[in-house]
Amino acid sequence: MGMRKVAVVGAGMTKFVRRAQETGQELAYLASKMALDSCELTLEDIDSVALGTGPDAFDGVHMKGEYLSDGAGAWGKPYMRSYVGGGTGVFAAIQGWYHVASGLFDTCLVVCEEKMSTCQPHPQGAFMTIFDHTTERPLRPNLLWIFALEMNRYMHRHGLEKKDIALVSVKNKRNAADHPCALLGDPNITVEDVLASEVLAWPVQRLDVSPVTDGAVAIVLASENIAKRITDKPVWIRGVGWSLDTAYWTNRDLYYPKYVEYAARMAYDMAGITEPRKEIHIVEPYDPFDYKELHHLEGLLLADKGEAPRLTADGVTQRDGDMPVCPSGGLLGVGNPIAAAGLMKVAELFWQLRGEAGKRQVPGKPRTGLAQAWGDLMQVGTVVILGI
Amino acid sequence: MSINIKKFPGTPLSKEEFEKKVLSIYQVPKLEYAWDAGVAIGRYLAELKKGHIIGIRCPECRRIMVPPRVVCEWCFRPLNDWGYLEDTGTVNTFSLCYVTWDMRRVKEPEIPAVIEIDGASPGHGIMHRLGEIDPQEVKIGMRVKAVWKPEEERAGAITDIKYFKPLE
Repeated sequence: MGMRKVAVVGAGMTKFVRRAQETGQELAYLASKMALDSCELTLEDIDSVALGTGPDAFDGVHMKGEYLSDGAGAWGKPYMRSYVGGGTGVFAAIQGWYHVASGLFDTCLVVCEEKMSTCQPHPQGAFMTIFDHTTERPLRPNLLWIFALEMNRYMHRHGLEKKDIALVSVKNKRNAADHPCALLGDPNITVEDVLASEVLAWPVQRLDVSPVTDGAVAIVLASENIAKRITDKPVWIRGVGWSLDTAYWTNRDLYYPKYVEYAARMAYDMAGITEPRKEIHIVEPYDPFDYKELHHLEGLLLADKGEAPRLTADGVTQRDGDMPVCPSGGLLGVGNPIAAAGLMKVAELFWQLRGEAGKRQVPGKPRTGLAQAWGDLMQVGTVVILGI
Repeated sequence: MSINIKKFPGTPLSKEEFEKKVLSIYQVPKLEYAWDAGVAIGRYLAELKKGHIIGIRCPECRRIMVPPRVVCEWCFRPLNDWGYLEDTGTVNTFSLCYVTWDMRRVKEPEIPAVIEIDGASPGHGIMHRLGEIDPQEVKIGMRVKAVWKPEEERAGAITDIKYFKPLE
């Protein structure tokens, strides 16, 4: 396709916390500086900056891209902010990728920041405005509704029970206990804990959901010739894909995310992957709710429809299983600062594939990983495949 | 996080520190909007006021859609073939919601649902609420019927249907 090879050469992240003292700009700076330091670059080496962050309404700042730009190192540089709801974190990496793959720039700093704690009394207030203003908002919906409606549909179509799904929350929160930046790691959590947690919007219970979080993540991308000068261990972006379904979400069968499949197929084609279940060694699918990990594994064609819960029950998706899923601890365990959470998944693959993940390291020298995010009105899928 | 990095930035605040306001300021922006209903939804609302649910058909893919729209998002064809649908349907999915948007608890759950409307293409529904039913009795696949506000109270809004109740 005439595109250049692009590598991830550095990454950094802040702690994920319920409330950070730092402003969004400060968080963006801390992650960006760490990412540059990790590959011994300075801002002078950066040709372009790609930023991802959630709705302006979270911050009450109606030019959030510009507001964050100084912390993201964008002063005087070609700069672009992208936004596709919860899919933003992985989309920002895709945006950075085509900045470099196109030949326009040799390097790109990709920064994702989210500070949800600003929005009072709860960021759900901002989320309510995603519903159609005329046909839906007069019914006074809240964000949990769409997840509950989708989860119930998924469970109904496949005859699943809550305990089949709670295993995902247990796995991810246990995995996060090994992540130094995690908000909700818990090595001792059990399925019983999840099933006994408060019912919010049945079938969604408290421990099925990831928390409101503040945090930032950054990665550094470089073209092939530059990357090889920067590091002996570049991690290549082998494929990217993204797809958007209709906003008329009540006209779709929510049990299966077709748009995630389209995004995955685009990325697999680009990466030359024909048997994803054999060729993808680590998966970091988007898991803001426990059922979403299962839903996405199926959309990514890594499990047959309705079979992802069985893979989970059989231990296939454990960190030492045949197909480790969310070895980072995911959004359920590390936390969910929306855009930053998506890019955290890309950063996790970078560390895993370089063998730097410490206690979280997936055994067996994994060579290929897939990160995916999801969002808007249950309608966008964004996918990146990394490999060494 | 990489084993090569030993120190992690970011300073968590406790609830108490946050609420002292020394570290934060508080402001409520005031924004007001007047949304135009548009061509398709404008007619949909006018028909709701009269007690009808109206849909629209695409000449290309032949889907009968609700809510109606001016363009088929699949075929990108303009739509103009309107037709009344039934005010009955089937529960496609539902939830029992025990919290408000700002996470306050409620005793009696709200029951949001997607209801596939009879007369529309299979799988084509709208979001609404269920009522006049024991929450524990709600099932996917259940047949339901719209409960309309009295004609004089209808305003040309989705809330002209109070909720859907089980179809006896």
